[in-house]
Amino acid sequence: MGRVLGIAIWIITLGSVGMFFNKHWWFPESISEHGPRVDSQFTITIIVVGVAFAAAQIGLGWVVWKYRDTTSAPRATYSHGNNRLEVVWTVVTAIIFISLAVMGQRVWASLHLNSAPPGSYRVEVVAQQFSWNFHYSGKDTVFGRTDPKLIDDSALNYVGLDETDPNAKDDSVVSTLVVPVNRPVELILKSKDVTHSFWVPQLRFKQDLVPGMAIAVHFTVTKTGKYELACAELCGMNHYKMKSYMLVLPEAEFSELVALPQEKFQARRDELLNKYQLPQY
Amino acid sequence: MAEATHEVHRHPAPTGFIRKYIFSLDHKVIGIQYILLALTAVVVGLIMSVLMRMNLSWPGTSWPIMGTLFPTGAPGGIMTPEFYLSLVTMHGTIMVFFVLTTAPQGGFGNYFLPIQIGADDMAFPVLNMMSFWVTFVGFIVILLAIVAEGNLTVGAWFSKLGVIWEAGSGTVGPIGGWTGYPPLSALGKIAGPGQGAGMNLWIISIAIFCVGSLLGALNFITTLLNMRTKGMTLMRMPLTCWAWFTTAILALLSFPVLLGGGILLLLDRIAGTSFFIPGGLYVSGSTVPLHNGGSPLLWQHLFWFFGHPEVYIAILPGMGATSHILSTFARKPIFGYRAMVFAIFAIGMLGFFVWGHHMFISGMSPYSAIAFSVLTLSIGVPSAIKTFNWLGTLWGAKIRFTTPMLFAIGFVSLFVAGGITGLVLGQTSLDFFFHDTYFVTAHFHLVMGVASIFGMFAATYFWFPKMFGRMMSESLGKFHFWVTFIGVYAIFVPFHAMGMVGMPRRYAQFGEYEFLKNTHGLVKFVTVAAIITAAVQLVFYFNLFWSMFKGKKASDNPWEATTLEWTTATPPPHDNFAGVAPEVHHGPYEFSVPGAPKDFIMQTEPAGAEIGAGLGEASGNGGNGHKH
Repeated sequence: MGRVLGIAIWIITLGSVGMFFNKHWWFPESISEHGPRVDSQFTITIIVVGVAFAAAQIGLGWVVWKYRDTTSAPRATYSHGNNRLEVVWTVVTAIIFISLAVMGQRVWASLHLNSAPPGSYRVEVVAQQFSWNFHYSGKDTVFGRTDPKLIDDSALNYVGLDETDPNAKDDSVVSTLVVPVNRPVELILKSKDVTHSFWVPQLRFKQDLVPGMAIAVHFTVTKTGKYELACAELCGMNHYKMKSYMLVLPEAEFSELVALPQEKFQARRDELLNKYQLPQY
Repeated sequence: MAEATHEVHRHPAPTGFIRKYIFSLDHKVIGIQYILLALTAVVVGLIMSVLMRMNLSWPGTSWPIMGTLFPTGAPGGIMTPEFYLSLVTMHGTIMVFFVLTTAPQGGFGNYFLPIQIGADDMAFPVLNMMSFWVTFVGFIVILLAIVAEGNLTVGAWFSKLGVIWEAGSGTVGPIGGWTGYPPLSALGKIAGPGQGAGMNLWIISIAIFCVGSLLGALNFITTLLNMRTKGMTLMRMPLTCWAWFTTAILALLSFPVLLGGGILLLLDRIAGTSFFIPGGLYVSGSTVPLHNGGSPLLWQHLFWFFGHPEVYIAILPGMGATSHILSTFARKPIFGYRAMVFAIFAIGMLGFFVWGHHMFISGMSPYSAIAFSVLTLSIGVPSAIKTFNWLGTLWGAKIRFTTPMLFAIGFVSLFVAGGITGLVLGQTSLDFFFHDTYFVTAHFHLVMGVASIFGMFAATYFWFPKMFGRMMSESLGKFHFWVTFIGVYAIFVPFHAMGMVGMPRRYAQFGEYEFLKNTHGLVKFVTVAAIITAAVQLVFYFNLFWSMFKGKKASDNPWEATTLEWTTATPPPHDNFAGVAPEVHHGPYEFSVPGAPKDFIMQTEPAGAEIGAGLGEASGNGGNGHKH
């Protein structure tokens, strides 16, 4: 039994490690400035994790193989442990784990402990059960006043835009996130009903949208294209299809688009959604 | 002190059926009641998980029996998304609370903690009885949530209670997940099906459960500190007792916070308060008046302040049982007893300072996220100590591969597999990607779900002979082990792959997204593995109940173990030791002592039996605890 169990544990270990090695199921392509740093931190982590996992499992398989009870085997070793080994092991794991922990803060800190760099393009995001609203400030780059009291979905005023505010005249609210490539983007994340979460796998970025809060985040996208945008926080029955797209456009195409008034913005957005293709999965 | 308290708590053996088996004061009966509760609850939770898998793998397929049972939730036998989400919620709630918190602590802890420390019962037998029955009421209320939402007739009764009690959505409960985040959970039916009476009953059930667990925790702590028999110093206690003790402290400090949170959430729903509901909400086409100033994040803090220690409440007893069983069948003292005690305590205490890692992307301050992250990874250190010591225990052993031993070894393997991905998920920078993906689902299912359950399987096979006087079938047990061990890996390793491509949790279907395209085969593979693994649990149930009546008769100490439960009769008499309090002379794991006549020394054997043993031990870890 000991040998069978040992081999079973080894096979499971090989299979699990192999699954990560083979990379058939892996991160989608990274398209953000910070993405490669997330990926390399993951690579370092998964190597540490993989080595520790394999060592522990192979060791476990080995001891159950080696120290199975055979009638000829003498009594087990009488030992209550070894303090020196214990201390060495503790110190070594502490150093490795804490180092990983410190390294694991770097990307986080670079994005979250700084405000958006100057020149960032700002979009206000208002999530609702089960759709996304992206509010663009238009030509004047000043957002029109919004007030939750003015929200009226039946009148298509999804974000409560105050039409009487002159700054609101050129604002657009669309259901697709359009951002410029290679220019920092700042999102102001809000929700009008329950908690949602902004999630674009290629972006290596996720942030909840919490009712009552306006959470400012920023990132820079480095590759044009069309990407799926999903909700990652359970928000109700149709959570699984609270879907939108993130369109990443060259600066010229982008500036032209966001200067358009609402109707034309939407029509042009539709054209662009057709023009760009999703990545091949 | 210990002797004095014994007298106070002694109560005569009951005679009537009701006092003996229903409203019993005997910790052993109460322990079995908890185990039966868990065995019932786990069936419900498991069936729900199979239904979830079926829906994920074959969305839109008609399952006629579902259409008959839930005409609204599965019209024409096709499960609706809200039905799926209610399964998610109830599966999680029932498994975490009524399985992982009841059997390991209330069940085995109740039965064996008093016996292992040489006490004749728990310190407060009436409180003990109450803790079980309160928990039982909690279970009835959660079942009521299923019926209230799932059955139109019962739903109609509840709907009469008022707008917040609207029921009969056709689901099997609320759809907010086991974490019940507001405002989704606070707004009632405008936020979605199942959020009326189902949600109220869900909150009430958990609140009741909190009370039951609190009563239990008080009892465990008092019993362990006050009622140890002569010679049973703290450092001579079996590691199981240390685990149950630490778990009880965690429960004592964390359940009140959840209880408070639950009450506030209920008030937001039924009394119009705004603890968790901010102003200016617009839900399902209309504004939400009256509420203002609440914070959704407050609930998350309260919930996870409980929720993270809860993970350890689920797994620490499994660690205790595993240590105990590994040592017994390795025929070797536990490696580093003191380090094990410190590690279990360190895990428990650190467990109170890491709840924020569930909230990195919640909108919480990014600075506190960093603190929580570093503290989270430091929990890996005591966890690594435990793993190291389990391997050390097996090193140089003479292993007897009984069924309990197989499950204990399985525990170590699964604990490593599940725990180690905590190093990935605990990093803020990686949480950008992995938060709320199947990578998380893989992590916690392996470590707090499956590893804990393996600990309980090990405990069941190990202590069954003492509890029922008969042995469980070893061949059925081994069959159960092999299929389950390979099965759970086949289910949860692929979850990591799904997480790698970014698959979000709690999705009723995956077909909406192109980026999930190449996981469809994997999803079906997992479902097949889950159905096989779930089906094999029937073998366990058969073995359990068949062996109770037909199993081979067990001797008092069939495993040649050392601790006090094996010194008394099988099954133990009402006061555990037939009026004679045992006296302890040895540490808990004196196996293979050189010069001793047998390869184990019972804790009660007179001193001197270990002549020539262990005197030269440099470390002295727990061998003769009272000297330290």
